[in-house]
Amino acid sequence: MEHKIRVLVAKPGLDGHDRGAKVLARAFMEAGMEVIYTGIRRTPEQIAEVARQEDVDVVALSCLSGAHNTLFPKVVDLLREKGMGDVLVVGGGVIPDEDVPFLKAHGIEEVFGPGTPLATSVDYIRTHVSREA
Amino acid sequence: MYDKETIGKLKAAKAVWQERVDKIPAGKSSKSYSDRATTSGIDVGLVYTPEDVADMDYMRDLGLPGEYPYTRGYQATMYRGRLWTMRQYAGFATVEESNKRYKYLLSQGQTGLSIAFDLPTQLGLDADHPLAEGEVGKVGVSVSSLADLEVLFDGIPLDQVSTSMTINAPAAVLLAMYIALARRRGISPDKLDGTIQNDILKEYSSRGTYIYPPAPSMRITNDIFAYCSQEVPNWNTISISGYHMREAGCTAVQEVAFTLADGIAYVDAAIKAGLDVDSFAARLSFFFNAHNNLLEEVAKFRAARRMWAHIMKERFHAQNPKSMMLRFHTQTAGCTLTSQQPDNNIVRVTLQALAAVLGGTQSLHTNSRDEALSLPTEDSVRIALRTQQIIGFESGVTDTVDPLAGSFYIEAMTNRIEEEAWKYITKIDELGGAVKAIENGFIQQEIQKASYQYQLEIESGKRVIVGVNRFQVDEKPARNLMRIDSALYEKRRGELAAMKAGRDGAKVQAALTQLKQTAEGTANLMPAIIEAVDAYATLGEVCDVLRSVFGEYESDASF
Repeated sequence: MEHKIRVLVAKPGLDGHDRGAKVLARAFMEAGMEVIYTGIRRTPEQIAEVARQEDVDVVALSCLSGAHNTLFPKVVDLLREKGMGDVLVVGGGVIPDEDVPFLKAHGIEEVFGPGTPLATSVDYIRTHVSREA
Repeated sequence: MYDKETIGKLKAAKAVWQERVDKIPAGKSSKSYSDRATTSGIDVGLVYTPEDVADMDYMRDLGLPGEYPYTRGYQATMYRGRLWTMRQYAGFATVEESNKRYKYLLSQGQTGLSIAFDLPTQLGLDADHPLAEGEVGKVGVSVSSLADLEVLFDGIPLDQVSTSMTINAPAAVLLAMYIALARRRGISPDKLDGTIQNDILKEYSSRGTYIYPPAPSMRITNDIFAYCSQEVPNWNTISISGYHMREAGCTAVQEVAFTLADGIAYVDAAIKAGLDVDSFAARLSFFFNAHNNLLEEVAKFRAARRMWAHIMKERFHAQNPKSMMLRFHTQTAGCTLTSQQPDNNIVRVTLQALAAVLGGTQSLHTNSRDEALSLPTEDSVRIALRTQQIIGFESGVTDTVDPLAGSFYIEAMTNRIEEEAWKYITKIDELGGAVKAIENGFIQQEIQKASYQYQLEIESGKRVIVGVNRFQVDEKPARNLMRIDSALYEKRRGELAAMKAGRDGAKVQAALTQLKQTAEGTANLMPAIIEAVDAYATLGEVCDVLRSVFGEYESDASF
């Protein structure tokens, strides 16, 4: 049986804007992935723990408050501590282009800014997750 | 509005005309003549005629400006008397920097202040709380105690400006600080003019900065209504907000329906708590979004005004005309701003602002072109403010009241939005009211469905977003964005520690104990909160006391 890609859509930080996170969660689901959404206002610790419990392939982070440089790398570090360094971590939200190199250097594999087509994010995940069932 | 004979002749003529139109090829446009709909999914006809408003009764449905049902505006003279309040939502980083920005905006002709707080403040957390790391000063100014508010309003005469504060779950605490500050400056609270957003219901359904569960939250709201009706009579005690639900993706119809349903819930709760409807209803204010579809938006504002008048008069039997008047603030739609070709946002904002003005708004915030990527720079904010000034002083649209009234399309659309919104309100009534409809997820699900649908329309190209799915160009990354220093967290920790060292600890403890007892009982919370913040109890300390009594709300994570 083909392995379904498991995605955790997560909202680190304190902002409550999850329109984008929910739209993406639904798009991933309709693309045949298994999706878990954390809900808003999760700490990096909570997100990493859910990722471990749910044994996900992808953690998709969304932050619109401007705290991404603080919070996204923390999630990556915690995943590595939990032995989940192979999880694909991507991010999106209100993120200035000039922050992207910093985030990529800290383990966020790709950053999707405002206006990114859903298909771009879906395709990226499909091509970058390859795991044996 | 028209006699039967006229309508009959028109029908006959239109049938002939329609045959002719049907023979015209639909052209290369992506939409045919018969396939247009607003963002609310309302089909739009090719042309509107008296037939579409044949059932309208002018005096019953529109009336004169300043008269029931206020469709044409809540004041008789509208912008001829005074333009709307130009109120740019601002606040970032430190109280010192925000104070400078407010003084700058006032010096540029802005007529009211609108305070943006950072997320820790909005969630009742002090700036030194572990969860505040990375968030301090990011989306607004960080305020943790009266000491911060003293600096934030330094040199700003509280009795001469109106101040709007976007604060919800901890609204009572920030209002208490504002009252305490005024008293210290010798200004009587009855001279204060402003607004607290204080709309917790839309926090559960769309905005996310809730703290306590619905029941105690509604008690706090009632306490604010009751306290202000006696002590701060010119204060707008709530700004019932559709803005954020629209940002979360709902349609224009849903925005009207869900906002008014929330309004009904607040009025219901206050009446159940023993307040007389006319003692508080005149201080209720509203907050709407101005989205892209200009004429649908104008109709939306007019429909909302008429519906609220009916609700207050017929459902709640208000006697005071002021209780029936829907007064509202508008902000242009942040969700329509694009990070691609950001200067195009100036044009979007202009059209949206025009819709708000043609719809009769009382105050307006125009977004800045760079807000899809960061807080706005001073240059961008100035252009946004100038946009309002150009509409107000150059365009001529303010010369006469409700200038689009009588347009067949506008009136038909106003009627249609009202009709569709009533259906939702009836449904929400059947579910037991807005609080229940939020608790069982109905409103959230409706918003999510609409938002996903909207996104799919963009994906398929059915909905054109200039610069995003059509007319793209290769662009260099945006430069000169506003940055907030992440070291602020450490700075604020130091400031808070110093403030706490300098205050009378025993007095703080006594005030917090008193607050806890009040929260456990049923007396009005406001005096105890004012007492506590006046002793420099922090926002976090006050909210922690209330958390310990009221508990915390946890939403589900469906999508």
